[in-house]
Amino acid sequence: MRSSARNRELVALVPVALLLTAGFAAVFAQEGSRLGNLSAIYGAYFFAVCLATHIYLRIRLPNADPYLFPLMALLTAFGLVMVYRIDESLARDQANWFVLGLVLFALTIQFLRDYEVLERFRYTIAAIGLLLLLAPRLPGIGQQVNGAYLGVKLGPLQFQPAEFSKIAIVIFLASYLREHREVLIVGARRVLGVTLPPLKHFGPMLVVWGASMFMLVFIRDLGSSLMFFAAFLALLYVATGRFSFVVIGMAMFVVGAWFFASTVPHVHDRVEIWLHPYNDPTGNGYQILQSIFAQADGGLFGKGFGQGLITIPGTNAALLPAAQTDTIYSLIVNELGLFGACGVILIYLLIAARGFKIALIAGDGFSKLLATGLTAVFSIQAFVIIGGVTRVIPLTGVTLPFVSYGGSSIVANFVLLALLLLISDRARREAVEPAGRELALGMT
Amino acid sequence: MNRQIVKLFGFIVVLFGILVAFTSYWSVFDAKNLKAQEANKRPLLEQQQIRRGRILAADGTVIAKSVAKGHGDALRFVRRYPEGALFGHPIGYSFVRYGDSEFEQSHNDELIGEESEFGSILDQLTGRKQEGDDIVTNLDLNAQRVALEGLEAAGFGAVVAIEPSTGEVKVMASNKPYDPNRVPYELSKLNRNNAETPLLNRATQGLYPPGSTFKVVTAAAGLESGTITPETAFAAPSPLEVEGSPLENDFNTSYPPISLDTALTNSVNTWFGQLGQKVGQDALFETMEKFGFNSTPPIDLPEDEVYNSGVYEHEHTLSRNDPVDLARVAIGQERLLATPLQIAMVAAAVANGGKLMKPQIWNRVVDSDGRVVKRLDPSTYSEPVSAKTAAELTTAMEGVVSEGTGTNAAIPGVAVAGKTGTAETPYNKSCGGGEEENQAWFMGFAPADNPKIAIAASVECTEQFGNDVAAPIFRAVAEAILNGE
Repeated sequence: MRSSARNRELVALVPVALLLTAGFAAVFAQEGSRLGNLSAIYGAYFFAVCLATHIYLRIRLPNADPYLFPLMALLTAFGLVMVYRIDESLARDQANWFVLGLVLFALTIQFLRDYEVLERFRYTIAAIGLLLLLAPRLPGIGQQVNGAYLGVKLGPLQFQPAEFSKIAIVIFLASYLREHREVLIVGARRVLGVTLPPLKHFGPMLVVWGASMFMLVFIRDLGSSLMFFAAFLALLYVATGRFSFVVIGMAMFVVGAWFFASTVPHVHDRVEIWLHPYNDPTGNGYQILQSIFAQADGGLFGKGFGQGLITIPGTNAALLPAAQTDTIYSLIVNELGLFGACGVILIYLLIAARGFKIALIAGDGFSKLLATGLTAVFSIQAFVIIGGVTRVIPLTGVTLPFVSYGGSSIVANFVLLALLLLISDRARREAVEPAGRELALGMT
Repeated sequence: MNRQIVKLFGFIVVLFGILVAFTSYWSVFDAKNLKAQEANKRPLLEQQQIRRGRILAADGTVIAKSVAKGHGDALRFVRRYPEGALFGHPIGYSFVRYGDSEFEQSHNDELIGEESEFGSILDQLTGRKQEGDDIVTNLDLNAQRVALEGLEAAGFGAVVAIEPSTGEVKVMASNKPYDPNRVPYELSKLNRNNAETPLLNRATQGLYPPGSTFKVVTAAAGLESGTITPETAFAAPSPLEVEGSPLENDFNTSYPPISLDTALTNSVNTWFGQLGQKVGQDALFETMEKFGFNSTPPIDLPEDEVYNSGVYEHEHTLSRNDPVDLARVAIGQERLLATPLQIAMVAAAVANGGKLMKPQIWNRVVDSDGRVVKRLDPSTYSEPVSAKTAAELTTAMEGVVSEGTGTNAAIPGVAVAGKTGTAETPYNKSCGGGEEENQAWFMGFAPADNPKIAIAASVECTEQFGNDVAAPIFRAVAEAILNGE
């Protein structure tokens, strides 16, 4: 059992490394000048790093889910090749962050083996999470990007705190809901045919709603706000089983968002651009329109890797603005077509499936809720940015996990992965230990 | 909690399904519409990076070519037209910023080497760069020059020359011409100029009253329907009261009973007016439509740049059931309007034994390796008249040139068949509103016994007659083509 899971992981990593090699080979072939054993070297480096991680997992978490790490490595490989194709130097940063992410991944596993300890510090963690969110507005370290306050600059270090904050808040919510779920269910009252949660225990929940609205107004980050609140509702639903709570929560968010959309200009603009991009095709609407035009050029099979136009030929003017971050999905559709894009979405779906599977087999409430929350926030992040560039929802500056260029995103998501694997390892170990239950549970 | 977790996963699946649906919509289902958006410069930017194929005259003279500018990623191609204004019509222009027109537009796919999606995948796999194909046209460099010079001496108007047996368009000239090389610099000026309208291809967009050239169509309807034979004779008094107003012959001459030859030779209005009434609207319109009236001419130019000929009311052509003054339609008046291309098609059909071939400007598509990818396969558009009727019409039209109203079209040693036309267009605003303005026509073919070329020439806003201004152009172009062979 223990070796078979890790063996499967090892086998799954091989095609990932090959894909990365092939990807770099394709970029080199495209550029024509340099020759391709460099791509084999990059592929070998990548495989070596993954192999080291794999061996570490073999020692520390032998029972953990075998597919999550290869799936995320696949996304990272895909992202590295895509970013490399856009800008070589960005890809070098990205590769460094990948390694840094794996170091943090290993440290998390090393020191949070008994992750229940997180429960003890939940209010501290929540406070850190909120502080992180607030940081971009602090004078001196905050940075404004496209009207939203997303970044923090501490000396040479520059990062997007929302990426880390999402993990902190999920930990808090999982812990809080684990403890109060009973009361939330039992204490619920029916008023005018609607089941309402008990007010006393709902106070901290209102804080989350407040935090989302706060993000909307002060950080002006519609995407993160949506992502946080959706994760919160997902957890609330799973913890209480009350769909009515979700409906009330959604109503609160919509009312709040609507109110701020009509009063806060930045939020209002985002919504206007989303609804009427053709009103200002060369100004506000430029990014979303170009994103969609890039997809239109992709068709079923795409224009071919490295063939898409990112800047207007002969100039540095962007034809696909923020191709390495926000609109990287549009570039994928442009170059790899609808089929390539569906492949990417399928990888996210598989990760979600594995994550929820961990939540299903986890033994205790906190583990279940934590796995659910982490998986939900990860999946919803992918939805928010892909939905943004495909005009399902307003476009906001959220990264596509593991694929977009961005250090905070990669590192934070590897910490998220580490937590999921920790939960998984324990859940599967517990599931195995009582003899004879292995077959009945159909472990994979 | 497990039940909720499974439901939550179901919800995530739905969300991702929405993403797949939207991606499919943009990348496949709505792609065509998005590519046509004004704000979308991608199709143009990409085309700019493709070496567009050349357009050549029949003798290999380069009419349009692409020259490279910049290097590497900044490489792009710009269109050049070495012959300048000579082929501004019908070749048109193609510039990324200013769009395209005429032949450049209608043959865009071949010129940029556009292939099926499957073909482009093959190209990706084999690393082949998309390259445009060359197109060799049927256009005759020398005859085109003769036609344009003739028009520039005579006035605004157009000339179309078609090889009757194949439909190959040898000449399509329009005066006022324009130089496509100037389009990037003065497109708005070219567009603004209302009197000259240089961007208007008068050969396909000039709607003129065809006058007496239309009598050939009326005669064709008479013979084909059995209403008359070449021997049928009837009197043609002048003036003749038609629909409440008098119809007159030239010099108000009355004719005793005469047959088709005499009537056509002298272009007798009241004879053809009566013939039109005898034939009836159904038969006359049927013949007209077989000659191509009331439909977009089947030529390889953009459909919106080729106008229908017919009896116009407002912006539309009337059908056989609408009330018209049949006698005046029969002599090319009333509200009847025709393009020079349409009249050339009438001449070509009669010349080809009654069979109308589809007029085509292109001849063959040649890829960058010099292989012929596609070649014009002459095809029949319709058969408006029988071979017998065509021969009878030819005899009558020979009389026009040898002894009738069109003697200036005669070529020594070559039998020419033709018909003049002079439609009065007094007080026409586009002619300056003069009282004596005419639309002068000549259409015909040569040699009459073995037609090599059918030509229509039309000059607008002239005080002269068809025989004076249009017939000499016909003759010069016909000689240029016949001598060039």
